[in-house]
Amino acid sequence: MLRTALILMLRPVLWLVLGLSIAGRAHLPRKGPAIVAANHNSHLDILVLAAAFKREALPLVTPVAAADYFLATPLLRFIAQKIIGIVPLDRTIRAGSDPLQGARAALEAGRILIVFPEGTRGAPEELGALKSGLTKLCRDGNIPLIPAYIQGAGRILPKGTRVPVPFTCTVLIGRPLQTSTDRAETMAALSAALDTLKAAAPPLHWD
Amino acid sequence: MIDTIPHQLLYGFAAILALLVVGSVAAMKLQAIRARVVTWWVIAGALAAAFVIGKGAVVVLFALISFMALREYLSLAPTRREDRAALLLAYAVVPLAYLFIWLDWYGVTLVAIPVYAFLLLPAVLVLNGRTRGYLAAAGTLHWGLVVTVYNLGYAALLMNVPNQEAPAGGAGLLYFLLVVTALNDVAQYVCGRLIGGPKIMPSVSPNKTWAGFLGGCVMTAGLVVLLAPIFTGLPAVAVGLLAVLLPVAGFAGDVTMSAIKRDLGVKDTAKLLPGHGGILDRVDSLTFTAPLTFHVFAFFSSARF
Repeated sequence: MLRTALILMLRPVLWLVLGLSIAGRAHLPRKGPAIVAANHNSHLDILVLAAAFKREALPLVTPVAAADYFLATPLLRFIAQKIIGIVPLDRTIRAGSDPLQGARAALEAGRILIVFPEGTRGAPEELGALKSGLTKLCRDGNIPLIPAYIQGAGRILPKGTRVPVPFTCTVLIGRPLQTSTDRAETMAALSAALDTLKAAAPPLHWD
Repeated sequence: MIDTIPHQLLYGFAAILALLVVGSVAAMKLQAIRARVVTWWVIAGALAAAFVIGKGAVVVLFALISFMALREYLSLAPTRREDRAALLLAYAVVPLAYLFIWLDWYGVTLVAIPVYAFLLLPAVLVLNGRTRGYLAAAGTLHWGLVVTVYNLGYAALLMNVPNQEAPAGGAGLLYFLLVVTALNDVAQYVCGRLIGGPKIMPSVSPNKTWAGFLGGCVMTAGLVVLLAPIFTGLPAVAVGLLAVLLPVAGFAGDVTMSAIKRDLGVKDTAKLLPGHGGILDRVDSLTFTAPLTFHVFAFFSSARF
């Protein structure tokens, strides 16, 4: 409720300050279970991506986020769990535990997961190597996988900075991908889709 | 509040309303212009609301337009990663410049960006120690500030013209500037489409023709001759000057932005305004016509400026 209201209030601000425009909005799921896989360069990513969803889908939007980062301090934990409503993902590998348990449960509950398959924010406005963990989530069921490319957020608030600088932010959503039982095939399709979206984004002259 | 608005402006906005209704009827047939007409309704509505509220609202509205135009420009233009601090400072120039306009500090307004932002920003740009691309960075930043903030600021500056110096006050002058600039864009576009013929600058703006340019100039000159006596009270020689120069300035604003977009490999500056592109695509002609109109008025009709 609070989160939906916050995002709806922030939409005009994002339009004004960041010129947020969304291409291919119709491809975003309105109901779960679904997985939206996006590139990740900035803490702003989750906000601009959430702002792209239709109002009725907003309560279902659930980002998968690193437990070691977002549960580290009480303040971050409060923001991450109570306001953003993340599913924590354990990035350390431990025998006997399933790091994707929370994400699976959320999908079973009909939620729309947002995953950042690069696994980290990385260098601004560059697409890093994709990790294939998400294929374990869409492999078993008929869960649609939707690619999203965010341009600009990594320039506005890159890793290691605290003060955002306004730049135009564009979110490009691709059509849902055909997922396959073959992990490499799914990842190749996702990777190609993200590259296509990136190529369609406005040119970036930044060095 | 409505009775404090000069009657010329009320008729003026009634005329805009009529144009929008005609446009909306046309849009029922022409799918292609539908989004564009809806956006025009929003622009006209925002302007009308600002005019009714008064100078403060007009200044805030133009400050927002300048901010958005500068953001679009800095997002497209080549910038260096190290220059974040200087870019943030450039954004801070926007509220400051419009504060001077609101305070009616004319002398300060005139020098704030062309002299002091021009000195301050390169001084800040040098602090990160990266010299490669320094001149390009300083030049790019200053060009953007002058075009999107200083030049557009002249539109808001018209609100400071004392009421007795123009038949419908400063608001009437601003109305004149905006309507003539917008209709000049439309006239050049429509003439170009209807008549066709040889291209005027094919390497910069492939759809523009000589017929569009000249036809637009003639139609806009007629509009200036018609509207200037109602809203500006300028002497005949100044009206003649504006009638000739304003459409040419509008065209120049349009093609310089086209040249920049072509240089950077984009068609529109953004997708912010449905049917129009970005804010920069909408205000490109105004960045040239605003200072010109202000200075012609200041030279011929104003004791204050």
